[in-house]
Amino acid sequence: MKKRLGWFIAGGLLVAALLAGVVSSFASSSPDGLDATARQGCTFDADDNITGGTCMLQQEQDHQLKDSPLADYGIKGIDNEFLSTGLSGVLGVAVTFAIGGGVFWLVRRRGHHEQKSDSAAGSASA
Amino acid sequence: MNGVAMHIANGIVNAQVSAVAAAVAAAALAICVWRGRADLDDRLAPMAGLVAAFIFAVQMLNFQVLPGVSGHLLGGTLAVVLVGPWVGALCVSTVLIIQCLLFADGGLTALGLNITNMAVIGTAAGYLLVAGLLRLLPKTPRGVAVTTFIASIVSVVVASQAFVLEYALGGTTQLSLATIAGSMAGAHILIGIGEGLIAAVTVATVARVRPDLVYALRRFRNARPAVTPATKTVGVQA
Repeated sequence: MKKRLGWFIAGGLLVAALLAGVVSSFASSSPDGLDATARQGCTFDADDNITGGTCMLQQEQDHQLKDSPLADYGIKGIDNEFLSTGLSGVLGVAVTFAIGGGVFWLVRRRGHHEQKSDSAAGSASA
Repeated sequence: MNGVAMHIANGIVNAQVSAVAAAVAAAALAICVWRGRADLDDRLAPMAGLVAAFIFAVQMLNFQVLPGVSGHLLGGTLAVVLVGPWVGALCVSTVLIIQCLLFADGGLTALGLNITNMAVIGTAAGYLLVAGLLRLLPKTPRGVAVTTFIASIVSVVVASQAFVLEYALGGTTQLSLATIAGSMAGAHILIGIGEGLIAAVTVATVARVRPDLVYALRRFRNARPAVTPATKTVGVQA
């Protein structure tokens, strides 16, 4: 039973990694619903600079972490867009699973209820 | 290039409203940890990690909804169906925090706004619909898929209008609220349909392969015979 859950999780992670690593490069590059609304009311030139009008985007400030090596779903230093986007996506899936799964595992209810396996009870309490 | 920001950036909503939203988000997450712990056992914890990772992946997949406008899954309803409302909200929050801190998507100052809209309000709306619809629809892969589809659409539109409310309270530009509400709602109905399709297919797949891992199916199956104070004869029988 435990083993089968492990396989299911592994399979799910593989699907997520393929979506983030490969399919993501074929995603639409149009602004999303929020971003499109934020641009409404302004005019833009070919380089996407605001040329006039009033819109939310004019008030937008830089992200505090815009120099992050993974900023904008790419990896700094990799020029190939497909690789850069794909690898950042796979990395994101791995980090999200590690941090999310790790925190959920640490705060989980330890099994007095219907759980029989007490073998993992001695896990780290750090 | 995905130079496209997906979430609320810094500066769009003023600092006061952003701070209030951060407090709301922190309080809501604390409640979710408290209530979610009851759900989180040895099986749900790894599943919740997978749901967060999956939502991260699918959020990268922007799909076209109108000429020049795209959308992506928010994931609240998907998370509710698979891991329940409390843990589900924590899954979406995990994604938003990682996107903000690692991928510089969604302003740090705006993190509370993004969590409030997508992880708290979006998930809550999705949960209310899922809970309601699963009383009417059969607890089968198809029933849960239809439930997920409908709840996703409503959840996405509600989350988008939460932004409109925040903008009304603390927007930094002078723009017509009606216009913003209209264009947000219009785009997000279409985005909700896209999200609904993705989430429904995902949930139906899990429900076929491992129905025991679908929180909504497990939970409602157990809850039904337990609490029936005045059972009316519902004429829906297979």
